[in-house]
Amino acid sequence: MPEALLETRALDAFYGDFQALFDVSVTVAPGEVLAIIGANGAGKTTLMRCVAGLLTNAADMVAFKGRPIGSMRADQVAQLGIAMVPEGRQLFPSLSVEENLVIGGQVGRSGPWTLRAVYALFPVLEERRDMPPTTLSGGQQQMVAIGRALMANPEMLLFDEISLGLAPIVIKTIYDALPEIIREGTSAIIVEQDITKAIAVSDRVYCLQEGRIALESASADASRDAIARAYFGT
Amino acid sequence: MEWVNSIVQGVLLGGLYALFAAGLSLIFGVMRLVNIAHGDLIVLAAYLGLTTTIALGVHPLASLMIVVPAMAAIGYVLQRGVLNRTLGDDILPPLLVTFGLSVIIQNGLLEVYTADSQKMNAGAIETASLEVAGGISLGVLPLIMFATAVAVIAGLQLVFYRTALGRAFRATSDNQDIAQLMGLNKAHVFGLAMALSLAVVGIAGVFLGIRTSFDPAIGPGRLIFGFEAVIIGGLGNLWGTLAGGIILGVSQNIGAQIHPGWQTLAGHLAFLFVLAVRPRGLFPRIEG
Amino acid sequence: MSAADNHIVARASPASRIAAFIGVLLLIGLIAAPWWAGRADMRLISEICLYVALASLWNLLAGYAGLVSVGQQAFVGLGGYFLFAATIFFGVPPLAAIPLAAAAGAALAVPIAVLIFRLRGAYFAIGTWVVAEVFRLVFAQVSALGGGSGTSLPAGIVKGIAASRSLREAYTYWMALGLAVLVVAVVYMLLRSRRGLALTAIRDNELAATSLGIDIWRTKFFVYVISAALTASVGALIFLQKLRISPDAAFSVNDWTAFVIFIVVIGGIGTIEGPIIGTILFFLLRETLADLGTTYLLVLGFVAIAVMLRAPKGLWGYVKDKTGLELFALTRRVVPKA
Repeated sequence: MPEALLETRALDAFYGDFQALFDVSVTVAPGEVLAIIGANGAGKTTLMRCVAGLLTNAADMVAFKGRPIGSMRADQVAQLGIAMVPEGRQLFPSLSVEENLVIGGQVGRSGPWTLRAVYALFPVLEERRDMPPTTLSGGQQQMVAIGRALMANPEMLLFDEISLGLAPIVIKTIYDALPEIIREGTSAIIVEQDITKAIAVSDRVYCLQEGRIALESASADASRDAIARAYFGT
Repeated sequence: MEWVNSIVQGVLLGGLYALFAAGLSLIFGVMRLVNIAHGDLIVLAAYLGLTTTIALGVHPLASLMIVVPAMAAIGYVLQRGVLNRTLGDDILPPLLVTFGLSVIIQNGLLEVYTADSQKMNAGAIETASLEVAGGISLGVLPLIMFATAVAVIAGLQLVFYRTALGRAFRATSDNQDIAQLMGLNKAHVFGLAMALSLAVVGIAGVFLGIRTSFDPAIGPGRLIFGFEAVIIGGLGNLWGTLAGGIILGVSQNIGAQIHPGWQTLAGHLAFLFVLAVRPRGLFPRIEG
Repeated sequence: MSAADNHIVARASPASRIAAFIGVLLLIGLIAAPWWAGRADMRLISEICLYVALASLWNLLAGYAGLVSVGQQAFVGLGGYFLFAATIFFGVPPLAAIPLAAAAGAALAVPIAVLIFRLRGAYFAIGTWVVAEVFRLVFAQVSALGGGSGTSLPAGIVKGIAASRSLREAYTYWMALGLAVLVVAVVYMLLRSRRGLALTAIRDNELAATSLGIDIWRTKFFVYVISAALTASVGALIFLQKLRISPDAAFSVNDWTAFVIFIVVIGGIGTIEGPIIGTILFFLLRETLADLGTTYLLVLGFVAIAVMLRAPKGLWGYVKDKTGLELFALTRRVVPKA
């Protein structure tokens, strides 16, 4: 097995006195796509925030390319090549569509993703480039959020609730574009409510339950029963 | 004619008030911080200008070359060293810390420069004026100040909407967490915003020191004028702030024309009137 | 048997009972001060009492209602000028003018609140300051009260309080002590009432409080008017003791707001004990550093900033967090039935 690109080691996470994650160890190999599933409040978003640096921990609880990053700020983590598509898109309303994309590229990492490449992937965004993102549909906003993350030319992409609140047809468009988005060499963690979709796009799957890992499996081997048990804790 | 004249002079005075206000407006827009020490920092800049003028024997306007970068540096250090630690959901810490800062600056200036009133002498330019039709004469100095105010507002507008720095300001203002994810260190972004704010304060302070006499105690008054210009113009709108400054300047001059003791009072009343009829200011852009 | 049957909700604790007992003893001692203390001491105690009152009122506004005002000098000065005007022009007895000043303060607070409640947070703070400046500038134009240079209370009126000087000083001393006790009592009762619960809810979470059906505007309005009224009374007494008033002294932001804010911050904002402890600390600091002049104010500014950054709940908040001590019984606790 190749050396892990990203690793969490016995990660505990807290919001004040409330502990949201317990002893969570996850590894992602280079080029691997990981799915994280679990019920609401299972700690999926918390895990994403820990990796992205929005929640800080002990330094060695999170490692990227063997380097401890658990105590780094989010902006430092971003510069190392980890980009996130946050839950609910969270675009900048004061910035135009194009500015939202440009600011994503501001971490200063070069690579295949440029404004032109993003517009080629989502042509509709080029038509709306000067509009405020609030005038876009939910699906188009998700495209901006994905494009914004890609502009950083990341080695590791985090998708938090990629299809939450979107219409089925939009979800399909986004998933159809996924292979293009996660090109060779790029790893990804996808947090997803839709278990079928999660398993279809990922190499391996983790299921979180009340802050702990309840299941880890190759996606191809994950049985419905095992997932249901891990999901609901029955 | 006297009336027209006082209105015209009021417009020019409004430029100075817009300079008082622009820095206040900027940092509120970026980090929702209201700096109670803003006025005292203007006075500090005036004293820095005075000391530079005396020490180097240069013209007061030339002291801007030193005062503006010095104030910007003070702003950056102040933000990173102190003010960043007060930012959060609670409005009390930044308010009280800048209030404490205000007292420190006032009394620090009092220790160093005494309570005596000072003024910078700009030489012949102070009395130079242009004769306009109808017997109205415009002072060259007030004109320069007004033009500078317009240029500063235009420049800030440009920075805010056309540069990477402005993009970072707006993004951080929208959502600090997500801005961090874009590789922006908010502590640094806020530091730069305060640096820019105090650079404008540097200009405002030197202009104040050339235009009128000043002493360590006048800071709070300048804060209030700047604040009134911001609220009259509407939060988050820099051109609105210029308009607000002009309305304030004109109101004050009209008040003074009626009765010398009513100058400042008339400005306050104009502010309260706008607050009563248009609570969000004349040209609002963002939510307070 | 359920837990509810053998537990009761209590607010008093042994500490609050002991504190109440010591407080009563202290109060008796202070009431008797004219018989044991010198004139200078009584002056100092009066001043301390008046600052306890001002600080408690500011704390009620900022610490409980979230109304951070830097313009309370508006009501201090208003109370002072009201006393001078009422006694000089209308022959109102000075001691009667003090409660009347409260009515005047409340009456003016109503329109002011309607106007400046439109400003939020820190802008509200500066708005209150503008109002205070308007008051200062307006009173500077009233030539009957000496305009910008101010006026003194005529000797005839002063003598009307009491014939002998020592009796006059005893009266105003008792008034100051009484006002301090009254203000602390009012704040305490208010916080124990239903409105107090609403205030705490607003302070903790404005949005959630709204959804519980609490009318935030009205609750804040009520608190603002009450504290304006009492602040005006305190102001009337302050200037009755000074016997002289001028716009700059009456509406001084340093004397009536900056010091008060520092007192509350250092003592502990959002507690009843904080302003009292802060006032004592403030006077200790002042008496020790009085010779330093402006340096004293510099030190005060640095101390306030340091406290705000290091221990934002102030000295009493720190003690309370460490020990759970509460001298004024406010917190409801579930305790086993005796």
